[in-house]
Amino acid sequence: MDRMHFGEHSSTQFNEALESIRNHLMEMGGLVEKQVVDALQALLQADSALAEKVIETEDKVDKLEMLIDEQCTRVLALRQPAASDLRLIIAVSKAVSDLERIGDESAKIARMGLQLAEEGESPRGYVEVRHIGNHVRNMLRDTLDAFARFDAKKALTVAAEDNEVDMEYASAMRSLVTFMMEDPRSITRVLNIIWSLRALERIGDHARNIGEQVIYLVEGKDVRHISIDEMEEKLKG
Amino acid sequence: METAQQLDKNVLGANDLPKGTVNEEQGSMTQDTPYPKETVGRPFVDDPKMRLRDVEVFYDDNQAIHGVSLDIGKNEVVSLIGPSGCGKSTFLRCLNRMNDTIDICKVKGSLHLESQDLYDPKLDVVELRARVGMVFQKPNPFPKSIYDNVAYGPRIHGLANKKYDLDEIVETSLRKAGLWEEVKDRLHAPGTGLSGGQQQRLCIARTIAVSPEVVLMDEPCSALDPIATAKIEELISELSESYTIAIVTHSMQQAARVSHRTAYFHLGRLVEMNDTETVFTKPEHDLTEAYITGRFG
Repeated sequence: MDRMHFGEHSSTQFNEALESIRNHLMEMGGLVEKQVVDALQALLQADSALAEKVIETEDKVDKLEMLIDEQCTRVLALRQPAASDLRLIIAVSKAVSDLERIGDESAKIARMGLQLAEEGESPRGYVEVRHIGNHVRNMLRDTLDAFARFDAKKALTVAAEDNEVDMEYASAMRSLVTFMMEDPRSITRVLNIIWSLRALERIGDHARNIGEQVIYLVEGKDVRHISIDEMEEKLKG
Repeated sequence: METAQQLDKNVLGANDLPKGTVNEEQGSMTQDTPYPKETVGRPFVDDPKMRLRDVEVFYDDNQAIHGVSLDIGKNEVVSLIGPSGCGKSTFLRCLNRMNDTIDICKVKGSLHLESQDLYDPKLDVVELRARVGMVFQKPNPFPKSIYDNVAYGPRIHGLANKKYDLDEIVETSLRKAGLWEEVKDRLHAPGTGLSGGQQQRLCIARTIAVSPEVVLMDEPCSALDPIATAKIEELISELSESYTIAIVTHSMQQAARVSHRTAYFHLGRLVEMNDTETVFTKPEHDLTEAYITGRFG
């Protein structure tokens, strides 16, 4: 699919504006990806300093979100973009809110890491966090990659991965609940892990949302709120 | 298979192609984008008011329109867009035989208004132009009063026998054109004394005074300010309840705002015709995309 010809606009200023929006989105994506990785490490290794760093980064992410939104508004007002330009602006402005939420969820994980560092480690759940964390992190990387390359196929695989994450999350939840029933003294600490897993699962959902925006951007098709099979069907038709 | 692109080179010569579109040496974005053999999208409708097939227009030996086929539906607003010289105005002018006034212009193909063949030699062109009216780029009121401008058509076509009937036609037409309230107290003042936007609405009133079935508009707003433009656009959507409208416009936003379907012309060919929303959010053809997003012009 080579319908995306950004940078060939006859107005240089328009080109620059679109280019700048894309660059800022990628910068924000990179920042958020780093947040997720650091938050996981802070939790798994009880690294309070790293957790603090993740929480501080939120401010930067929020500022980028506002900057990109402002740039999108300006392009809409001044350029009345159409077709692929319009879809780019719409997709970017939706993707930034998902990225911002991923930043929030990372900060949540970092806070859980701080608490666990203070109260002592949870007796269970680290394997699940590591496993689901890696999975979600790869999804985020892939979805950002798909955005950068306008790759709808890759974006579709992210949606499929999200289904797997949901299943892994449900299974982790069952085993942790069973464990808490057996050992009620550990409930507070295990709950911190559960909240972190919940945050990771949400990050997976946001990555999927961004992937859906990539599909809208490239193919012009709205694939939200439908199953993977229906998505594939819609992309074929 | 000889592509439309190659055909075009035979007709025009490679150097005549606009920069950045299909010239192979330049290696530009659309170099691999031949013209579609057939128009992409939805050029036809079930119940057409005008049925136009394989329309070709020549100015002497130069072919300006290459095999354009499309329908204009009843009470539909169709907009024709494309870069300068793409043939959209030429095509529009075929629809009420305005091109007859140009000696070197030849029109081929099948053009029908319902069952009426537009190029039937027995057809009275004056009659035809009463059924298919036209509004031009520059407002061109007659150097007569506002009243006489509107009454002119009904008089020559004998649509009103009594003064009373004529008064009624003038009032209704001016009302439909959204001009009545502004001019009702000075109907006998010269039409040329109105503002540009009012003059254009006067011309629209003059066109609809003879109760046409189709109204053709050739860039009706390009000489008007944004407020006057907004009034005309509002008028277009109201008029579409009673008339079928085809409009040529250079303003893509205008096409997006007023029309149901949009046709994109490029170098005399109809590249794509689709629902307006599709054309402006997800055009099917790369040439449409490039034009809509301003990647060449």
